[in-house]
Amino acid sequence: MSSRRTPWATLNHELGETVDIVRETVRQFTAAEIAPRADEIDQSNEFPRDLWPRLGELGLMGITVSEEYGGAGLGYLAHTVVMEEVSRGSASVGLSYGAHSNLCVNQIFHNGNEEQKRRYLPPLVSGEHVGALAMSEPDAGSDVVSMQLRAEKRSDHYVLNGSKMWITNGPEADTLVVYAKTDPNAGSRGITAFLVERGFPGFEPSPKLDKLGMRGSSTSELVFEDCEVPEENVLGEEGRGVAVLMSGLDFERLVLTGGPLGIMQSCLDSVVPYVHQREQFGQPIGEFQLIQGKLADMYTALSACQSYTYAVARAADRSMISRKDAAGCLLFSAERATQMALQAIQVLGGNGYINEFPVGRLLRDAKLYEIGAGTSEIRRVLIGRELFRETA
Amino acid sequence: MSQLRVLVGCKRVIDYAVKVRVKPDKTGVVKEGVKHSMNPFDEIALEEAVRLKEKQVASEVIAVSCGPQACQETLRTALAMGADRALHVEVSGSEYEGLLPLGVAKILAALVKKEEANLVVLGKQAIDDDCNQTGQMLAALLDWPQATFASAVSVEGEGLAVTREVDGGLENVRLSLPAVVTADLRLNEPRYATLPNIMKSKKKPLAQMTPGDLGVDINPSLTVLSVEDPPVREAGSKVEDVDQLIAKLKDSGVF
Repeated sequence: MSSRRTPWATLNHELGETVDIVRETVRQFTAAEIAPRADEIDQSNEFPRDLWPRLGELGLMGITVSEEYGGAGLGYLAHTVVMEEVSRGSASVGLSYGAHSNLCVNQIFHNGNEEQKRRYLPPLVSGEHVGALAMSEPDAGSDVVSMQLRAEKRSDHYVLNGSKMWITNGPEADTLVVYAKTDPNAGSRGITAFLVERGFPGFEPSPKLDKLGMRGSSTSELVFEDCEVPEENVLGEEGRGVAVLMSGLDFERLVLTGGPLGIMQSCLDSVVPYVHQREQFGQPIGEFQLIQGKLADMYTALSACQSYTYAVARAADRSMISRKDAAGCLLFSAERATQMALQAIQVLGGNGYINEFPVGRLLRDAKLYEIGAGTSEIRRVLIGRELFRETA
Repeated sequence: MSQLRVLVGCKRVIDYAVKVRVKPDKTGVVKEGVKHSMNPFDEIALEEAVRLKEKQVASEVIAVSCGPQACQETLRTALAMGADRALHVEVSGSEYEGLLPLGVAKILAALVKKEEANLVVLGKQAIDDDCNQTGQMLAALLDWPQATFASAVSVEGEGLAVTREVDGGLENVRLSLPAVVTADLRLNEPRYATLPNIMKSKKKPLAQMTPGDLGVDINPSLTVLSVEDPPVREAGSKVEDVDQLIAKLKDSGVF
């Protein structure tokens, strides 16, 4: 019952009873179990491994997975809302949750064969295992086809050599979806997706990176040295890795947009009580119009981002996801979140600049979403190019 | 002992974190556009009933809510938390504004008979009107024993053993069944509705009826004349020393 909740009225987005109940349950859990730990997670940079089975028990890990594999059988709107509420409590827990539940779990659910799903999904859905997806490399981020990780076929297995970089959950992951080149001369048709287990000989995650924000969501390089992956661990078909990758990217961008939405909520959670408590010139600073102007900007930015994102999510649930809009809601929300965190710091003034208050953390966390899952620049190119081409 | 059929009241109230505002015309408080949720004491009552079912003491848990259409969302939450089915007694508009504990107790009494329930678990009070009357009135109407402010409930032989939180300590009582129990804050910690259970709750039955269908007259016996904000607390003042304090207290007539 103990929880921090929205004490101000918000626009009813008419998301439906089920999503409303899901949001409420996650909000209560997050307020009681995650938000109170957010600062400590940031400071220690320790991944809260103990939360994973708890999130699994609540049914969040396999939210889009069907019941036969232990999932909840919900859609992308519900997933985005859960991502928002978890991120509202701790953006770094939210990021790791998104990487686990969408990038890894949802990809296996949609691209795995029956045996792979039976084997890998249940422990990921229960939170017993941690999942990750490995695509970026030191010299291949947004330019996927230039990846260097090599997978050579030898009788009944593949041998992987090379490395991956900036992998969310890398140091913790038990199950990873890894993209590698099976045919270096075939361009985008020479990439294959693999399911790699932590224990495979020749696979080693490097120590976690020291990041500006999203601390506690462990990120690392992954090194493959003659790592043997059995052929039954090819996810999808050989040479069809880019199709697997691309099929998931729109949903990845959509669901991850819950991240910046949650950070914006969290900005308001800090700012709204503060403008009542903090007094200057004998009155709460919320009485001043310049502060009211900031409140208005924050509230409208959040509401507009939510409306756009929920509309894209509903389209996704009708199997009408659009590439430009999935990229669009993340582009727009990520940049608004960074700006809102800056404004939150400004409202808190001197207190905003010290680490006893969470708004500095919110800024450091927010910046990630302008970089991860494709930079803002790539998103703009993608949207502009698509709009130009479809009108040619 | 025969298995229990448990009826649980689930009132939809303004969420406890919302700052309640009085309407300008003083006829009540602002409810439109305000976040509502299940009365926290009813969540505790429901959790206790679900635990009785998990211990196989109860065979069925039936959640009831009296009020407008929106109560069905509260009942969906109850079903997601473990109730087997739900009953929505629709009361809306001015009738709902005038719905008092006696009216609700009459509705519940009629439902107890209709559903052949032999245990009713309610929150000790609702956080909106703080009446703390429905459970007691229901026990009187049914002529059943009651244990209010329960902080522990267990089945003992053919009856219940209940610990009550009373002024100055705990009171242990034993009562025969059928009975009415009202839940206090420390009875248990309600579970979170898990996502798979939220999905399953969609398939659980939710029946709708009116007080008229149950033959219950809910005409209020009270009229609310006005609802007003509590007086605004005035700022205190600081005194230099004890002498000044005593002088001030004497001036104000306290001393």
